[in-house]
Amino acid sequence: MAEPATNLSRLRDVVPTLLILAALAATPMVALAIGDPFIVKVATRVVIFAIAAVALNFVVGYGGLVSLCHAGFFGIGGYVVGILAWHDFNAEPLWFISGTSDLAISLPAAILLSAMIATIVGAISLRTSGPYFLMITLAFNQMFYYGAIALQKYGGDDGLQIMSTITLGPLDVSNRYRFFYLALAVLALTLLLVGRFVDSRFGMVLRASSKNETRVIAVGVDPWLYRLAAFVVSAVLTAVAGALLAAGQQFISPVDMGWDRSGDLVVMAVLGGVGVVWGPAIGAAAFVVLELVLSSWTTHWQFVFGLLIVLIVVSLRGGLADLAQTLFARRSGEAKHG
Amino acid sequence: MTLSLIAEQMLNGVQLGVMLFLMSAGLTLVFGIMNFINLTHGSLYMIGAFAGAATQAATGSFLLAILVAPLAAAVAGLALESALLRRFYGRDHLDQVLVTFGAILALNEATRMIFGLTPLRMNLPPALSGHVDIAGIPYPTFRLAILITGLIVAGLLYLVIMRTRIGMWVRAGASNRPIASAMGVNVPLVFAALFGAGAALAGLAGVMAGPILSVQVGMGEPILILALVVTVIGGVGSIRGALVAALLVGVVDTLGRVLLTPALGSMAIFVMMAAILAFRPKGLFPAHG
Repeated sequence: MAEPATNLSRLRDVVPTLLILAALAATPMVALAIGDPFIVKVATRVVIFAIAAVALNFVVGYGGLVSLCHAGFFGIGGYVVGILAWHDFNAEPLWFISGTSDLAISLPAAILLSAMIATIVGAISLRTSGPYFLMITLAFNQMFYYGAIALQKYGGDDGLQIMSTITLGPLDVSNRYRFFYLALAVLALTLLLVGRFVDSRFGMVLRASSKNETRVIAVGVDPWLYRLAAFVVSAVLTAVAGALLAAGQQFISPVDMGWDRSGDLVVMAVLGGVGVVWGPAIGAAAFVVLELVLSSWTTHWQFVFGLLIVLIVVSLRGGLADLAQTLFARRSGEAKHG
Repeated sequence: MTLSLIAEQMLNGVQLGVMLFLMSAGLTLVFGIMNFINLTHGSLYMIGAFAGAATQAATGSFLLAILVAPLAAAVAGLALESALLRRFYGRDHLDQVLVTFGAILALNEATRMIFGLTPLRMNLPPALSGHVDIAGIPYPTFRLAILITGLIVAGLLYLVIMRTRIGMWVRAGASNRPIASAMGVNVPLVFAALFGAGAALAGLAGVMAGPILSVQVGMGEPILILALVVTVIGGVGSIRGALVAALLVGVVDTLGRVLLTPALGSMAIFVMMAAILAFRPKGLFPAHG
């Protein structure tokens, strides 16, 4: 009896995931068909924020750790790509290494740096829990933010423009369509990776410790190390998303790592649904599109947006994913009975 | 780096510290009693500043502005609490953060709709716009006035919380709400009064910052984050912790910006917070257990 049940639940995750990826993969063709390349730009933004939101949800939804410093990691990833490209363009070595515009080098560099910083930040923040964790991560986010502003050499307040052509190994990814599929591949990998982690023993301990920490400790497992590992994984994936943003729009600025952006990421995750791995991907899509539509209607779109967030928290407990699943279940139930 | 410059910056640091205490007092007690993270506290600061600036623009009276600002913030705070925030005391922290985050966006934009994009300016009355001599150092009169006002309000607040019956109820509620309730404290009533008072203090801090900084949308968030740092360092729910931590953060932040490079200076308090929490995860003076 247990076997079909797990297969069914896995199917419930696999089908929506594939649907999301397929729908996204089709957008460039739609853009070509109706001759509006702007759609690809929006879709790329959706994919990049989907990566970050799915990554953030690994700690928020499964670890019960509301981190407000993920925009900081997002920005760190972006600045690694931006700074390496700056040194490449200006042909000036960064200490002992030369700059590069090759993502095959700058992405691993972003991963390495964000992992190191996340280990330190996580080790300190995870000494606390609940609301303390939230406030400390918020403070760390501001530390990164001010750190980025202080990078006068790389634009400071104004942000850093990438002047060189971004490549991936021998491949030129400055083409909008090619870059979109690169980002989509990273999203697919992220969904796969987070899905595997959630189902593993690691994910089980993480979920259990967010539900009942005392019991996990009583069983003989120290949740601290698991939480730290989850925090680092989540931060690194978010940094990759930030690196892609910088590479895609050829620009990164402190605005991309403000504390409100961290809040945006949490909103995306909750809007989509924190209970499933793919939920935040829908949330990110809804968020980006909503932002676009509202801001085209009125300059005061943030007023409507803020009220919408409040309304969503008040009414939509399980997020869009839950709503979709309920609707789907109801329809298939009706079909069976009718 | 002369000694007089450091002395002046020390005074600036203490002045920022007392302002931060006015902000953190409400934040830490609201958190301590209701276990509620109120990110809109920065918006109340902003509302106070705008109400003050608008009052001064309409009447020309600085004194009236100082009086109206805390009132406006208290009214706004109580309205916000009874209309929205009250529903979220029992919910988890994720929901609390989201709902207050949404409220901040809406409040900021609403302020922008009413007052426009250009920052408002508050003018000082002649009596406060000069300099006074403190041990040979010329120091702006208004900053000194803020410092003294802040110290008086902080001192009064400290006495009320630590030495009166109402203060005892508040402390009891912050350290253990169910037991305080069982012992006959009307916690919801105490809490509503506290929320209003906390909002008024945030509004007062806002209007006092008005003539120094410019009154603009988004001014509440940087001070909110500093106040959160104060709350965490001091220990959630502890008024004594908030006082010590506010002065510490004020002085370290101000001196850090003067003595260190810009990058390190703006990070100084966050590094300090990390260092303190590494040794005392519950802050310097935890109120719970």
